[in-house]
Amino acid sequence: MSRAGNVVESVRARLADSDYSDRSLIVGTMLAIYVLYLLVGFSLGFDVNGQVNALQRITFLTAVFAMAGLALNLHWGYTGLFNVGIAGFMAVGVYAMGMATAPQNPETTTAVPGLGLPIPVGILIGILAAALAGLIVALPALRLRADYLAIVTLGLSEIVRLSFSSNTLGEFTIAGTTMGTGGNSGINLVGDPSKIVRQFYETGFGIGPLSDLSGAILDSFASVGIEQIVVINLSYTVVVVGILGFVYVLVQRLGNSPFGRSLKAIKEDEETTQSLGKNTQLLKAKSFVIGCGLLGLAAILWQGSRGLTTPDTYMIELTVFIWVVVIIGGAGSNTGTVLGAALFVSILDEGPRFFRDIVNATFDIPRAPTSIVEAVGSIGEGDLMPLLAYVFGELAALQFVLLGVVLILIIKRRPEGLMGHRKEPASTLDISRPATERGDGAPGPPAGSSDPEAGTGEKEDATDE
Amino acid sequence: MPPNGSYLPQGNPQYVVRNYYLELIFLGILLLLLVDLLNSVRTGALPLTRLLTFVWDGIIIGLALGLAGVGLSMTYSILGFANVSHGDAMTAGAFLGWSSVFLLVGYGDEAFGQLLLLGVGGDLFASDLGISLFKRPWAVLFGIVATGALTAGLSLLIDRLVFKPLRDVGSLMVLVASVGVAFILRYLVVFFYKPTQRSVAVAPERAAIGLFDGVPVIAASREELVAGESILEFPVGVGRKTQSYLQVTSHEVLLIVTTILLMVGLHLLLQRTKLGKSMRAMADNEELARARGIPTERVINWTWIIGGSCTGIAGFLVVLERGTMSFQFGWLLLLLIFAAVILGGIGSIYGAIVGGIVIGLTTTLSLVWLPEATLARPVAFVIMILVLLVRPQGLFRGRVVG
Repeated sequence: MSRAGNVVESVRARLADSDYSDRSLIVGTMLAIYVLYLLVGFSLGFDVNGQVNALQRITFLTAVFAMAGLALNLHWGYTGLFNVGIAGFMAVGVYAMGMATAPQNPETTTAVPGLGLPIPVGILIGILAAALAGLIVALPALRLRADYLAIVTLGLSEIVRLSFSSNTLGEFTIAGTTMGTGGNSGINLVGDPSKIVRQFYETGFGIGPLSDLSGAILDSFASVGIEQIVVINLSYTVVVVGILGFVYVLVQRLGNSPFGRSLKAIKEDEETTQSLGKNTQLLKAKSFVIGCGLLGLAAILWQGSRGLTTPDTYMIELTVFIWVVVIIGGAGSNTGTVLGAALFVSILDEGPRFFRDIVNATFDIPRAPTSIVEAVGSIGEGDLMPLLAYVFGELAALQFVLLGVVLILIIKRRPEGLMGHRKEPASTLDISRPATERGDGAPGPPAGSSDPEAGTGEKEDATDE
Repeated sequence: MPPNGSYLPQGNPQYVVRNYYLELIFLGILLLLLVDLLNSVRTGALPLTRLLTFVWDGIIIGLALGLAGVGLSMTYSILGFANVSHGDAMTAGAFLGWSSVFLLVGYGDEAFGQLLLLGVGGDLFASDLGISLFKRPWAVLFGIVATGALTAGLSLLIDRLVFKPLRDVGSLMVLVASVGVAFILRYLVVFFYKPTQRSVAVAPERAAIGLFDGVPVIAASREELVAGESILEFPVGVGRKTQSYLQVTSHEVLLIVTTILLMVGLHLLLQRTKLGKSMRAMADNEELARARGIPTERVINWTWIIGGSCTGIAGFLVVLERGTMSFQFGWLLLLLIFAAVILGGIGSIYGAIVGGIVIGLTTTLSLVWLPEATLARPVAFVIMILVLLVRPQGLFRGRVVG
């Protein structure tokens, strides 16, 4: 074998190895979370349906958070674009999908008419609309300083939310076609993507072999006692996880392409990148638009599958959730983002509620007192239960407090997150030394992270795009 | 500004057009709107009463935004990060301040826990305490001072716990940390006070200023003005008979007077004292300021104290004027405060005030053209974004702290 062939072989082995380690990390984390939740489920006395439902919920939320996180990672982790308007772009995607798929002549008088397009077209329109919103912001705003971009995107998301909740956009007519956002009461999502899965099980799309297949799947699940609705949710989750895999590979490949390396160079030093002949504005705009499209996709798969969406969903809280996912995982690392999503969903989002359910099932918790003073007052009588009941009653608020504390602690103690700033080769082919000589015990070259140390190599690489 | 044409003398019209064309377009649109406004008043499409009310409300909200913006502007220029928790510090301060007012007024008459939590989970209502400027002037004055002090203390505490250890961290990461602080403050308020809206003050004393048979009069209410039952009649009569009037409340007047007094005080503080000079020095170059012997940490503490108390007082007065508050009111004001600060120029106190009034007037006067009130805030945000794109240094060129 030629020498070049050797190098290629070793690099391929290493790349495969690093992919393997990243994948096993994600799978291992998810399995650990599953085991934990199964144990909790057993202690709560869940039946099979309950167990499967809990795991499906965790998986689904992890997948959609990870997808949105990957989009933000493209913005912030790769390109250094400080996007705080995530909720706004998500709203644009979901609402565009909803308006495109709503029937032209709704059955009820309260429902807002739409364009009556089929679901797949509606989803595509939603993604394009979110990308277009990104483009509109990107053209002027990417010239700005990072903190100004933050304020612009934050302002934009509020503009979107408030406009969508207005009566003016609630129902309007353009060129003889009436459509609208439904104002404050929101919009019925006829284009709910999970409907495709439901149709598969209910009618098999009217195709014989498909309906046989769906019937067989339902029967086999029914034989272990799992209901049809759980199977439908589970199947939809599987589809979403599949799409997440696609998005992961897309972002990963983008990051390793010459385009992605230029983005990382922009994050490290925009002026230098510019002086090397890169059109940094165009690169940033492309990154921003792609990320916004992915945000639209994630939002459609997630909020779009709820059947109804209201403007209140798209408050700053939603944006902060996605930021927490990326910051936990570590900006610049796609694997980290997926892990961050898994940890965020299982520990910060669903965890406290599960914990409450365990305690509620184990102890006899009284009715929550009406105020904290009452709850504290009963401590004086030696009874801690009312305080616990009050805390459980206000658990949602405390979860946000916890989120704030976690955010601050990460930035103080570990600003790089779980997997941010890992070393990685600038080139897809490691030309510095053969893999066998790597005696430093460093982990393989995981892809998709940015590292100042590797910056010089990246910039050199970025020039020969 | 693009450098093309910079060789021309600055006063040259060609220079102005080349370098400020976006500002000129903006000014042109503004002029067109003004002409349209005056025209619709002349034709009667826009009743004078409505216009006067818009302007009055705009000035009130604008002054409050400006006062709250002072703190945001100061921390932005001196510590170098956009503090997202500013609005929620205002909320938390206002809740704490109103609790202390409730305790002062109702101690002994009502249950302690009810007073502390502003009536959460009980049957204590604002009408039981009857707090308004004329009925309980000392309680209101105490509330202003207490809310200012509590918010300043809260700001210092947050700085000690969160922002001080992050002095050397990049400004964007501190911004993210301030989002964390915002969440903690906002949802601790929810945890203790519940998410429902709390009513804290009773309807304030009103007066209607207007013309009756051409005579300018002040009456106790709009109805009395229309009926001719005036409190005060001016000796001169002008113009024809009109129903135009402006209704003002004692709380609105208190807000305007307090804000103006505080701003004059701030002006003196920053212009006449060594502290003001130190702040300007720090905003320009912190390293150099420290090298010149300026105790930077002490100046930062004073920044939080001044900014926090102004913000707290602004929040208290806004709540007094509205009569109610919810855990989101500070957050909902925050972007408007940002808009005011950015419009005026980050770091400039006068900029914050002028920016506040412009943004305040925008949110009310835009209703002349807008189909509904929901769209008023988006218009203010659009202006903020346009200013950031066209003139990021703001109206006052970001002259730091005075």
